[in-house]
Amino acid sequence: MFELLHEIQGTLRRNLMRTIATGFAVVSGLFLLIVLQGAGNGVIHSFQYNMGGFAFDAVHVFGGRTTKPWEGIKEGRLIQLDDRDLDMSRRHFPHQITSAIPTVNYEGVVASYAGHHINSTTMVGVYPEYAVSQAVEMLEGRFINNIDMTEKRKVCVMGNNSCKDLFKEAGSAIGKGVELGGILYTVVGVYKTNEMFSGSNFYVPYTTLCTIYNKGRFIDELTMNTHNIPTDSAMQLFINEYIRATSHIHSFDPTDDRALWIWNQAGDNIQMQRAMSILNKAFWILGLLTLLSGVVSVSNIMLISVKERTREFGIRRAIGARPWNIISMVVLESVVITAIFGYIGMLLGIFFCEWMDATVGNQVMDMGIFQARYFVDPTVDLHTCVQATIVIIVAGALAGFFPARKAVKVKAIDALRSA
Amino acid sequence: MIHLTNIHKTYQGAQPLHVLKGIDLHIGKGEFVAIMGASGSGKSTLLNILGILDDYDEGEYRLDGTLIRNLSETRAADYRNRMIGFIFQSFNLIGFKDAMENVALPLFYQGVSRRKRNQLAMEYLEKVGLREWAHHLPNELSGGQKQRVAIARALITQPRIILADEPTGALDSKTSLEVMQLLKKLHEQGMTIIVVTHESGVAYQAEKIVHIKDGQIESIEVNDGSAHTPFGVDGVMK
Repeated sequence: MFELLHEIQGTLRRNLMRTIATGFAVVSGLFLLIVLQGAGNGVIHSFQYNMGGFAFDAVHVFGGRTTKPWEGIKEGRLIQLDDRDLDMSRRHFPHQITSAIPTVNYEGVVASYAGHHINSTTMVGVYPEYAVSQAVEMLEGRFINNIDMTEKRKVCVMGNNSCKDLFKEAGSAIGKGVELGGILYTVVGVYKTNEMFSGSNFYVPYTTLCTIYNKGRFIDELTMNTHNIPTDSAMQLFINEYIRATSHIHSFDPTDDRALWIWNQAGDNIQMQRAMSILNKAFWILGLLTLLSGVVSVSNIMLISVKERTREFGIRRAIGARPWNIISMVVLESVVITAIFGYIGMLLGIFFCEWMDATVGNQVMDMGIFQARYFVDPTVDLHTCVQATIVIIVAGALAGFFPARKAVKVKAIDALRSA
Repeated sequence: MIHLTNIHKTYQGAQPLHVLKGIDLHIGKGEFVAIMGASGSGKSTLLNILGILDDYDEGEYRLDGTLIRNLSETRAADYRNRMIGFIFQSFNLIGFKDAMENVALPLFYQGVSRRKRNQLAMEYLEKVGLREWAHHLPNELSGGQKQRVAIARALITQPRIILADEPTGALDSKTSLEVMQLLKKLHEQGMTIIVVTHESGVAYQAEKIVHIKDGQIESIEVNDGSAHTPFGVDGVMK
């Protein structure tokens, strides 16, 4: 084996042009595959990053205003959700709705601390389950808990961007007293605000807000988590059913799609998942095509190279090379070329991806009201790289094997006579 | 050493060509035989059969007691490697290998280690007087030098027979003389040598001259040296 490798090394070194031409095809094929994959991953990761801290199965329902008359009642009527809707949501859709949590809002609140103010924030009265349901990411402290609820404590959980505005350099927010709408609340936790949808809500216990602002049995928003809704059409069907069920409670036209305002994150998510999977597939197809072009180049060069060397093989056979000696030499040559240059191409591809990550990957698009990153972690995992390299090495081996086998089927004397 | 009995060979094609029509030939150990004939007489085909580069349709060929018939390409390669040394008209050296590597190549296929075979190759290059040229590529050598490299390559496996197909065909008369003298020297050392040629000057270096015509042996002439001075009457070949 070592002797054979040495023999091959001599052949490759003295046929440098051919070696480099083959190598270039391999390098470019793998390099492009990895860079394309990296770029694709960058785009997909940026989606995921910008959507971070979002519940992908959530459907939010708010009351709307009717646009159609119904059973003698004129259009233009406000629909106010209440505990009957909550009850219905929990009972009528056991297969689709995993949880339904009510929230109450109090908008246009001024938050202040030691002379710093934030105008027009929203206080949201929530249940402890809200944190799980809406994938609230806590940075510090805790979320609202059951004791807060039963004791109707005046505590709040605030976003990290509000912390910056309110406390400036005053250190940790936990334990500080923040004035919300003229009432003092103790901060018990800080959550991570999403850069893209920067809500600066202050979460307080549901019971506290209901009591202070006398909400009674009314609900401002129903937050539900859904499952078993795999497609767009299933989602549409579910929404229609939900509106129909609600229309019985509040007496409005079931076809009136403005009576309820539904923010369908789960539906958006289905579409986004589909877009991402299409994008992923597209990048794979492109990548595999470039890999294929590399394989084709290698095959071509091996084909020509073997043809060119028919006479050399004839000489080798005349002085005692078995057919298998010839085939294994050609295959090993091909494998050595593709392995070495494949490795180089893989390294170059990985370095380029890392370079992209270090430059474009860190750029943030600042839109004032929100920030977004459009290229996050544009890298390929090592498995993919190694697999691609193995594919091209195997292809190289086959590309050497078939022409070589054909070459040794020719009679030795005919191979010797060929020019 | 070589026993041919009623060898027939036909090239199949649109018009089958019956090239060898029953060759009976016996060549003993240590003989120096020339096969002469016009082009198309079948002499090259005969040599290819002797060299196991080609097969035959009918008859029997024994090389040093071994029946050579219907061999797999692998067996044939092994026999060629160990029993036969080839010298070709067009040298057939591998262009990207230097003289030493070309000479050493048959030993590569015997699995001899690189150090050992390179050492042997240098010894054989020394025998043909090309030690200083060991690291030159074939295209840096003259025709005569190339043929001497090829002879060294043919000898390195210590074969039973040397088969030379028009060994001087591509050489001028001076270098032809050198090459033939080298072959004669090998013969004196006891090597069995068979040369195919159409040049009488070359043929009459041999002990025995087999004349082939139309695929049959016309006559076998024993060269007693009386009729021909080396390289013809005036001592000039060609």
